[in-house]
Amino acid sequence: MDFSNFLAMRHEIILLAITLLLIVAEVFIPQNKKQSIVHLAILLFGLHTIVGFLPIMETNLFGGMFRTNGLIHFFKNILNLGVFILLLQSADWLRAKIFSQNKGTEFFILLFSSLLGMYFMISSGDFLMFYLGLELSTLPVAALAAYETTNRRSSEAGIKLILSSALASGVSLFGISMLYATSGSIYFENIIQIIASTDLTILGMILFFAGLAFKISLVPFHFWTADVYEGAPISVASYLSVISKGAAVFILMILLFTVLKPLMHVWENLIYLVAVLTMFIGNLFALRQQNMKRFLAFSSIAQAGFILLGLIAGTQLGTATIVYFVLIYVFSNLAAFGVVQAISLETGKEDINDYEGLYRTNPNLSLVMMLALFSLAGIPPVAGFFGKFFLFTAAASEGYYLLVFIAVVNVTISLYYYLIVVRAMFLRKSDNPIPFFKNRIYMRLGLLITVIGILVLGLYSPLYDYIYELSGIFN
Amino acid sequence: MDILSLFITVPVITILALVFTRGLKQARIVSMIGSLVQFGMAINLVFAYFKERAVNNDIMVFTKDVVWFKEFNIHYTIGVDGISVTLLLLTAIVVLAGVFISWKMKDLPKEFFVSLIVLSIGVYGFFISLDLFTMFVFFEIAVIPMYLLIGIWGSGPKEYSAMKLTLMLMGASAILLVAILGIYFNSNADGGALTFNILEIAKVNIPFEVQKLFFPLTFIGFAVIGALFPFHTWSPDGHASAPTAVSMLHAGVLMKLGGYGVFRVAMYLLPEGAQHWSWFFIILATIGTIYGAFSAIKQTDLKYINAYSSVSHLGMVLFALLMLNKTAWNGAILQSLSHGFMTALFFALIGMIYERTHTRDVTKLGGLLKVIPFISVIYVIAGLASLGLPGFSGFVAEMNIFVGAFQHEDLFYRVATIVSVSAIVVTAVYILRVVGIMLMGPVKNEGFLTLERVTWYEKLGILLLLIPIVGMGVAPLWLSDMILDSLQPFIQGVL
Repeated sequence: MDFSNFLAMRHEIILLAITLLLIVAEVFIPQNKKQSIVHLAILLFGLHTIVGFLPIMETNLFGGMFRTNGLIHFFKNILNLGVFILLLQSADWLRAKIFSQNKGTEFFILLFSSLLGMYFMISSGDFLMFYLGLELSTLPVAALAAYETTNRRSSEAGIKLILSSALASGVSLFGISMLYATSGSIYFENIIQIIASTDLTILGMILFFAGLAFKISLVPFHFWTADVYEGAPISVASYLSVISKGAAVFILMILLFTVLKPLMHVWENLIYLVAVLTMFIGNLFALRQQNMKRFLAFSSIAQAGFILLGLIAGTQLGTATIVYFVLIYVFSNLAAFGVVQAISLETGKEDINDYEGLYRTNPNLSLVMMLALFSLAGIPPVAGFFGKFFLFTAAASEGYYLLVFIAVVNVTISLYYYLIVVRAMFLRKSDNPIPFFKNRIYMRLGLLITVIGILVLGLYSPLYDYIYELSGIFN
Repeated sequence: MDILSLFITVPVITILALVFTRGLKQARIVSMIGSLVQFGMAINLVFAYFKERAVNNDIMVFTKDVVWFKEFNIHYTIGVDGISVTLLLLTAIVVLAGVFISWKMKDLPKEFFVSLIVLSIGVYGFFISLDLFTMFVFFEIAVIPMYLLIGIWGSGPKEYSAMKLTLMLMGASAILLVAILGIYFNSNADGGALTFNILEIAKVNIPFEVQKLFFPLTFIGFAVIGALFPFHTWSPDGHASAPTAVSMLHAGVLMKLGGYGVFRVAMYLLPEGAQHWSWFFIILATIGTIYGAFSAIKQTDLKYINAYSSVSHLGMVLFALLMLNKTAWNGAILQSLSHGFMTALFFALIGMIYERTHTRDVTKLGGLLKVIPFISVIYVIAGLASLGLPGFSGFVAEMNIFVGAFQHEDLFYRVATIVSVSAIVVTAVYILRVVGIMLMGPVKNEGFLTLERVTWYEKLGILLLLIPIVGMGVAPLWLSDMILDSLQPFIQGVL
């Protein structure tokens, strides 16, 4: 075996190296200088993100267990960008709250391990690698969700996440075993050739789908979402809603479009039903939320419902629009979570009512939040509009006009609750508003990148063309 | 930069300049300069259009085409014909007048002018786009600033009105999105490529079944913003709560997007659908016309009166468009323009009266002619124009509409026409009633005797709107020639 092939695993190797380096740093950096690990981690990960954009060769390793190609590579870069922004946004929180408890380095180690799991999951070429990746990406997050040990809700979130994700993984594994039983192989390439539409395969597929649907928090597997988001530290909630969800959507898409393509007549009905349920339940529950984190939890459930519209198309157009939408969603949602993080860290306030009169005291934060919400709601000219419009185009291209109609009804519902937050910030006046405060450099940088993304990604059309070109590979 | 893209870039530059201003004085000067430039450009465009039309016989002139999203065949395609040129001129005038009327906007002035100009970008962009996607983008850009404009600077139940207006209009645009996708995916019915280009799609014979399905969606999607009954309910609440300049812009310009969109997209691209469904929408438009007029009679709030009068007048626009003949169409466009100037003028005057007397309740006002004669006289003139007195713009428009409508010979059209015409009589009732109670008679309140005189910027704003009203009434021919000329492709395509 030629060792140069390992370069195809560049993302994984570098990230592993960074993780190990941080462990070493944890040992050797004296106690009073521990805070500098934040700078080190952000610097290293920033470099890793930049290196990630260098081109990579397309290859299969380990007899097809691990594969990489242009689109997978691009998607790993999206995840990297998201995690990088997330690190910038959580730096102040880590320094203020976590390093005092002497467990700052572990945060990075756990986070990077989880990201490593996602790399393996989306690069997987067989179900074994897929399952290992899935577990590696989930378990550290459960520890992270319980990270604020002084906070009981955080511990509760951790337990909830690990119990329900263990169940989901188990269900998924059961489904995989059925697929193995009918096809006799765990390699995707072999299964594609053998798979037939028997009852057992269909059952296996549905169980497998349920496991991933849990990660994406599709209805009816969404019950953990709001509680975990509310209890977990904001950085972890935003990781769950952006990075974790994005990776799960991506691998689900690959598997549905390649391995399970022969069962399309079954899963398109399944997706149709789940999409309608997810959009309605996510949106209707978001209407009455008071807490920003719960609010964003239901909003992200609803967004997942919109993503399914691209999934149901099952074509190159569908792939491209999903990847494009996830890219935009990463920026929009991180911007929203970033503002919540900044305000929560400074004042400890997390309710929508607390945001009343925010524009008059903190205009910049309010504008970032408004852009993020408009992008999530899909209002031009910010990026979210283009993402959604193209998803709908993908669904309409296969003739799902009724589904598109249901989706646009939901867009209108979602606009209502996004405007509720805008209303609090801009329209209302408060006797006791959040006072003016200045963010530190990392948070400002983190928000700035998201704002640039929200403003540019939609209007800059060559990006979409590039993604569309890459997407040809799975169809 | 071509002559049309400037209509987008100049407001964008104005907004960028506004970001760096401090306080009301700087903000209003910058906005005024920006809108003056726009106004100059719009006048220039009219002359340039005549010059170009003399040598160029295309459907659209000053066209420009830039590929935007290659895979979807989305282009930034722009171009104008006589109809859009007149509407651009209307927009430029109303925006400029709106800036003058908001001269004393104390609360968050910078944000106010930015939102106002974002709204105008949406409107300009909508009128020049020839690509459905681009048009849709501008359509939504025009709607969303309304939420902030009404919510922050409005009065009364402003949060409720702002939310209602935004949700109804965005809901309509969501329906429109489905319709646009439907048209897009059938634009290859003749074997060509999928396209969003309006002129290209117009050449395609979209199957009748598809037209039947998507015409109502397209029509409703646009007509909600044109206050089609029973989807007009956002309009009275929205207008009543909005600050003066926003009411002007919204009733004067934004509601015109509805009629324009119905004409340019729904009817032009789906002509058979239009033929098939016209009876249904004629009924709705007729109800809107008469219902708006009767509702206006019962109102006591000046803004509500004017808002319902808008429902009635714009019902006539939709009614005329659905009559499917040349004269009525000409009337519809003229009515759009005439109503745009008139209603903007009304709202400006109402704003001035409210600022001085702090009430909009007709029953509490009286004898204003004695104390604020300038405003009162203009109010009477605007009222006379609104009820269709010859010599003003309203007469020209309504004359055309009903002459056109009466050309249909069967009973259904006759009845609809007669019912609609009767709205004019009702209009006279509510206009003259307001004039009688509010302007004539004794001064009801001692405090009214010391009302502030009209300032120069208010006069400027009023004159800007009054001149076109009289101008259109006295010399309508050059305008109607320009419009009739541009109706030719519609006559070939739809009839």
